[in-house]
Amino acid sequence: MPEEHKIRVVLAKLGLDGHDRGIKVVARILRDAGIEVIYLGLRQTTESIVSAAEQEDADAIGLSMHNAGHLVLAPAMMAALDDADLDIPLIIGGIVPDVDVPVLQAAGVAAILGPGAPADEVVAAVRNAVAAAAT
Amino acid sequence: MSVRSLPPDELVDAARSGNRRAIGRLLTLVERGGAVADAITDLTHPLIGGAHVVGITGAPGAGKSTLTGQLTRILPEMGLTPAVLAVDPSSPLSGGAILGDRVRMDGVAGEEVFIRSVATRGHAGGLALSVPGAVRVFDAVGFDPVIIETVGVGQVEVDVVGAADTAVVVVNPGWGDAVQANKAGLLEVADVFVINKADRPGANDTRRDLELMLDLSHMSGQEDESGYRPPIIMTTATDGSGVSNVWDAVQAHRAHLDATGKLAERRAARLRYEVANRVDAALGARITAALDGYDLDPDRSPAAHAENVVGLITLS
Repeated sequence: MPEEHKIRVVLAKLGLDGHDRGIKVVARILRDAGIEVIYLGLRQTTESIVSAAEQEDADAIGLSMHNAGHLVLAPAMMAALDDADLDIPLIIGGIVPDVDVPVLQAAGVAAILGPGAPADEVVAAVRNAVAAAAT
Repeated sequence: MSVRSLPPDELVDAARSGNRRAIGRLLTLVERGGAVADAITDLTHPLIGGAHVVGITGAPGAGKSTLTGQLTRILPEMGLTPAVLAVDPSSPLSGGAILGDRVRMDGVAGEEVFIRSVATRGHAGGLALSVPGAVRVFDAVGFDPVIIETVGVGQVEVDVVGAADTAVVVVNPGWGDAVQANKAGLLEVADVFVINKADRPGANDTRRDLELMLDLSHMSGQEDESGYRPPIIMTTATDGSGVSNVWDAVQAHRAHLDATGKLAERRAARLRYEVANRVDAALGARITAALDGYDLDPDRSPAAHAENVVGLITLS
């Protein structure tokens, strides 16, 4: 009996950033859309996220950033994924000023979700990023 | 070519040479089930080396993940290479899940430890159907022990007994009284008891209740005929107190299994259980197929219908 392939997403906060309300909301939105969320929690490193993504065979990685560190942290995460030869899409959520969006896109971030993004937009961003990576 | 798209036999080779992405991929494919999962089971079964499988179960919030995380810290120091299957529930409504066991193992499990989060995907009983296949992958790759952490269970979810060599049941101070301790279910199947959060008031009362329950098992002749009595270990998993005693107790239980020949018995029962589950699933599909083409006349008795449908299945 062919079952649809469940999407598995690793969610984490990278670095020193304790604002985890948003990421918990996102975890719940994804769960309610039938997605399996592997939740790593606060104060993760690029190494711990790469390691978890490998072990969990993640289809996507979602990082929440509320500490204005995204211009450093997002490219650092992309570099860590490249170093590990992991072709997994990275999605950033949180406070990213409009002017920084093209910068992150140029760095290879698959999608950027701002404050107030509706649930269906969050789910669509994950599904689209996973579908694009599979082709 | 990405590791993720390798065929099963090359994935198994890559996994056995230490490629963690390949191990992760094999676990995904086993979890999805179907022909590919069966092929992986065929490939990995001859490679298993008899890893000791430890089940850790207990109520939600009892400290299973924290205890598991602490175990994964001390085991590598003993030269062991543990792998963990951490099971959390799937939503019965959406099929999605939030798998949060890694949060409690954060910074505890070292790089050499492999942790995989598993959703139950609709299976009751405290485990996921894919657990035996995933344990087999870990064993074939060379991990030993394999620790299975169940979902938070109540009183009757005892699947872990069918899946593990040693069942560790985690309880907390204030969880119940002597009557609770003597109800049937989870407590009957423990090989090792852990009273976690033992720094809290009531730990000694809980210990007394459990000891009394074990005394009654002895009186009623339910005790293991070789006289094995499950030890009760006190822990505070958040700071690691008592955790090494838990491992000592698991080792002692393993020695008991080896000495009495019960290990082979348990593993034979485990194989039978897994095969029964597979047969069950295969027959379930045939039942559905038979019913799809069957005219359910509401004026006839359900018993007569069932007999007819059984006839259709055995004929096919």
